[in-house]
Amino acid sequence: MSRVPRILEVRTRILKKNDELARQMRQEFLAAGVFVVNLVSSPGTGKTRLLEETLVRLQAQGWRVAAVVGDLETDNDARRLARSGAPVRQIQTHGCCHLEAHMVQEHLKGWILDSFDFLFIENIGNLVCPTSWDLGESLRVALMSVTEGEDKPLKYPGLFNTSDAVVITKTDLAEACEFSPALARQNLEAVRPGVPILETSAKTGQGVAQWVEFLCRRRGELLQPNRAPMTSLRP
Amino acid sequence: MHELSVAYHLVQTASEAARRAGAARVTCLRVRIGVLSCVHPDALEFCYELAAQGTPVEGARLVIEEVPVEVYCPRCRRQLPLKTIQKFCCPQCGRPTADVRRGKELELASIEIPSSHQHEDAPAKDVQGPPLEPPQEQPSQADSFPLASDSQESV
Ligand SMILES: Nc1nc2c(ncn2[C@@H]2O[C@H](COP(=O)(O)OP(=O)(O)OP(=O)(O)O)[C@@H](O)[C@H]2O)c(=O)[nH]1
Ligand SMILES: [Mg+2]
Ligand SMILES: [Zn+2]
Repeated sequence: MSRVPRILEVRTRILKKNDELARQMRQEFLAAGVFVVNLVSSPGTGKTRLLEETLVRLQAQGWRVAAVVGDLETDNDARRLARSGAPVRQIQTHGCCHLEAHMVQEHLKGWILDSFDFLFIENIGNLVCPTSWDLGESLRVALMSVTEGEDKPLKYPGLFNTSDAVVITKTDLAEACEFSPALARQNLEAVRPGVPILETSAKTGQGVAQWVEFLCRRRGELLQPNRAPMTSLRP
Repeated sequence: MHELSVAYHLVQTASEAARRAGAARVTCLRVRIGVLSCVHPDALEFCYELAAQGTPVEGARLVIEEVPVEVYCPRCRRQLPLKTIQKFCCPQCGRPTADVRRGKELELASIEIPSSHQHEDAPAKDVQGPPLEPPQEQPSQADSFPLASDSQESV
């Protein structure tokens, strides 16, 4: 008789471990009232710069914020972000091109989640690799800068299609780069119909207030709708 | 090269499934990779060989099925394959749709393991083998993560 191999149906997600941890983290975040934002873009798009501005503005409104930032080797970004006064931790991945849920979890140890309203995760600068990894975030934001051209969404549909919002950064440079916001929006709409699109310049501050307002609105929709910032809750 | 991480998880998942089935080694893995999963089949294949070394999966053939993107159009009430992943719209009526039903999979579909008795004259019936049932539970449902491959069943 022949040695017919047996076929076992497995039907399991390959990243099941990551997905399950991320789901558990998401539940903990929501239970603690932390709105978690995962920022993804190519290197140099302006994640850190926008985040610096965001942390400052949210704190000025009384929100309690924190950030973890992924970097291949350095802690430059963490030091920049820490100037805002917010608690910040660096995740050094030593060559790994994306963050995974367990890396975030390890770097949250010792922090009391209940003491934050927002947690930002700055992912490794990369438009491909972070796509498949759920970090337990409530909002995944893809950033593209005007210096990268309008067709980034068409070149990386996987990432843009799985993002909940898009920020076009460095709009102060748009004219110099002959960047067409209309074309960029058209391309984004093509790969992710209906995605909210914001435009910011962290340098001039243009659009940053709308971005912060967008974050607060999304947080409100997901968590207690009528919850005001800490200052008005605790005099 | 996030494919190395993916390959490592793949090998773990397959080894685990083999262990549960009482098999010492695996001869073939079948995986399903959605076009939107951002995993490149060639890169995965390359990394897989590295990740498989010294595991029950070492030497097993890797068969990759690429899963095309399918979207649901609420107007046509149909799930149809996209013409291009650069435009998410209904291939029938052209209306934009963000309702992706297939194409984000990153899944180990099945493994092949040798049948337990190797003698040519052994009875064909695989008496001692464990039942032909999925060794693990199905992918769980209701995960809000957009990459969960659960929503692929048609509506
Ligand atoms: N003109 C202008 N420059 C900006 C703006 N935002 C960021 N930059 C500059 O762009 C460069 C990269 O910005 P970062 O914030 O470090 O970019 P990043 O996305 O965090 O980069 P990585 O962490 O390396 O992936 C810096 O020199 C910033 O000063 C902007 O709105 N306008
Ligand atoms: Mg940075
Ligand atoms: Zn249609």
